[in-house]
Amino acid sequence: MSGGVDSAVAAARAVEAGHEVVGVHLALSRMPGTLRTGSRGCCTVEDSMDAQRAANIIGIPYYVWDFSERFKLDVVDDFIAEYAAGRTPNPCMRCNERIKFAALLEKAIDLGFDAVATGHYATILTDADGNRELHRASAWAKDQSYVLGVLTQDQLAHSMFPLGATPSKAEVRAEAAERGFSVATKPDSYDICFIPDGDTRGWLAERVPPATGDILDRDGNTLGLHEGAAAFTVGQRKGLQIGTPAADGKPRFVLEVRPITNTVIVGPKEALAIKEIAGTKYTWCGVAPEHPEIAFDCDVQIRAHADPVPAVARLVPTGSTTDGSTTGGVELRILPVEPLTGVAPGQTAVVYLGTRVLGQCTIDRTVSAVPVADSAVAAHA
Amino acid sequence: MSVYLDHAATTPMLPGAIAAFSEAMTVVGNPASIHSQGQLKKRMLEEARETVAASVGCDPIEVVFTAGGTESVNLGIKGLFWARAPRRRILVPGGEHHATVDTVEWLERHEGAMIDWLPLDEHGRVDPAAVARAIAAHPEEIALVTLLAANNEVGTIQPVAEVAALAAAHGIPVHVDAVAAYGHVPIDFRTLRRGGVSAVSVSAHKIGGPVGIGALVLSRRATVEPLVHGGGQQRQVRSGTQDVAAAVAFAVAAAAVGVDLPGENARVALLGQAVVDGVLAAVPTAQLNGDPDPARHLPGTAHFSFPGCEGDSLLFLLDAAGVSVSTGSACQAGIPEPSHVLRAMGRTEVEARGALRITLGRTSTMADVDALLAALPAAHAQASRAGMADRVPGR
Repeated sequence: MSGGVDSAVAAARAVEAGHEVVGVHLALSRMPGTLRTGSRGCCTVEDSMDAQRAANIIGIPYYVWDFSERFKLDVVDDFIAEYAAGRTPNPCMRCNERIKFAALLEKAIDLGFDAVATGHYATILTDADGNRELHRASAWAKDQSYVLGVLTQDQLAHSMFPLGATPSKAEVRAEAAERGFSVATKPDSYDICFIPDGDTRGWLAERVPPATGDILDRDGNTLGLHEGAAAFTVGQRKGLQIGTPAADGKPRFVLEVRPITNTVIVGPKEALAIKEIAGTKYTWCGVAPEHPEIAFDCDVQIRAHADPVPAVARLVPTGSTTDGSTTGGVELRILPVEPLTGVAPGQTAVVYLGTRVLGQCTIDRTVSAVPVADSAVAAHA
Repeated sequence: MSVYLDHAATTPMLPGAIAAFSEAMTVVGNPASIHSQGQLKKRMLEEARETVAASVGCDPIEVVFTAGGTESVNLGIKGLFWARAPRRRILVPGGEHHATVDTVEWLERHEGAMIDWLPLDEHGRVDPAAVARAIAAHPEEIALVTLLAANNEVGTIQPVAEVAALAAAHGIPVHVDAVAAYGHVPIDFRTLRRGGVSAVSVSAHKIGGPVGIGALVLSRRATVEPLVHGGGQQRQVRSGTQDVAAAVAFAVAAAAVGVDLPGENARVALLGQAVVDGVLAAVPTAQLNGDPDPARHLPGTAHFSFPGCEGDSLLFLLDAAGVSVSTGSACQAGIPEPSHVLRAMGRTEVEARGALRITLGRTSTMADVDALLAALPAAHAQASRAGMADRVPGR
């Protein structure tokens, strides 16, 4: 129970469904702030008190469990390392993967609980053979199945999402008000919870010291200098400050960030179109496809609030990749039917079959829809 | 029915204290008022002060009522520190209550205090030789020495008289935090005062009085700067209209201390020994913390480390089994911190996280101890499975 409206209503519904429920607030910082500020809706002492008051009204015991150490190692440090490596991490997914449905779930089971229920908007269904499937929530606008895409069959078997069938967030707020929860009108949180003022760039710059490096075009020509490659995001246009205009006079966009050489690759907007994404770090959500090595139709979603797009996916040995790398592993390779934009390594691609989450991978590499004649720049791993 | 074994956090109010509290609240009057109603309230207040004074062996004028133990400690330490300017050095043992730790650290940050942290031995005891060395190093610079009479987590009784004598030889005032000791070991302020102690902090709710009132027992000769300014009540040391009803209820509990102390503590000590024997038998890996010598240990406090368990897992499981205990350490937003007392005693952070404090009081019975010992083995086995908070998921 974060202290927000969703987990409070989820807890109340779990009680009414007949479960024996204990409210648990995750302490994710050793030095929590005292009062809520701005758009953060968790992790301060005030939020913890909000959660406890909701637990009081529901009539369930309430405890704070300390995962601050694991959170720092697995989420915060990972976020910094991924960013320093030029990737675009999603700390909320990492938290679900490593904290909420791993450290918390395991501790809960060891202490005698059967499942972890959260206020996520997603639905768990059970198929005829008793296998769990993760599906989108009824309220597509609030659907959070994307950030739960990392859950495995075993985790799904011990998870409950009591809000999955709710038509809208407004309904959850109305129910919270009816139940007398003080958090019924508490604003949604949308920033990264461990960055107090929401200034992600500033926060990261303090932890990853920027260094000046080259801005290159796709052919390797130096166009200018930047003040730290990690500060750039694929698709970014502003802030490049390149003196020389492009030959065609069109604006240039960040196509790629290479932290190892501290270089930023820029090019025309068309080159942002991605025809292939792939990642070796993949998981199946629930039952795996019977023949994942045979291409299958699916939808792919590359951000929490992006629209899913039709795609074809399959597992491919990485030895056969176009850039010639031979790691001996296997990657999930996804080819969208229409090219995608706004894709960057480090992001998660979640694969859906209709409303069902089939699996996900962390994107290692992308292939531009606009080839470069002399190199495989855009397919850089 | 819940089994309550957290009497050091707070202990049930005596029925007589509750009755006296309610009754005193029905009487109108400010004890500072000159009219008859004021005089009536003043009389109730001063009778209460006399009873509290008797319970700690001081003169009534030496009892300064406060809002509780934390305020008393703040007044004792800050008040003496400011009054002793320009001396800026404070001698304080590690493992003190946060009321002291946070106060001296605040003085360090804001008032230029220099803190000499004194080491604790493996049992949590201050070594008087270390105090002597610290005094000898800067005898003219020391504003005060402060120490617990008995540690609130592990129950070790400190050598207050020895430390005070060392300070007294140099005219250095000593503040004693007796919040945890009050009601469990005799406190005689006249003896302490002669030995060099200037101020002693106590709290009502640890002995069966109400929360929200305590006292700083302050020698006539001691000078302290007040924390709050106003009407000049209580020797100009603690301004503010005095809470007569709370003082009257405090006095009921204080009177019981004087009457019951030896017999009650002998009874509680037996239960405490039963807890120690039973826990060590039920969980052979458990370590008893604090001084094992009953003469140097609070009778109702039993503090253990359970290697490989988080204290808060054990607390949760025992709570689910209807037994209320504590990890003993401070909480920030409900997160038990690794015990700074155990850290000061030389334990590792991991050891300092697997701690549990069981404290007995007036209402405790052998049935409570039996309930704890019945619930503990299963709770310990389960908490061991859950392991420590830093474990890597997916073992």
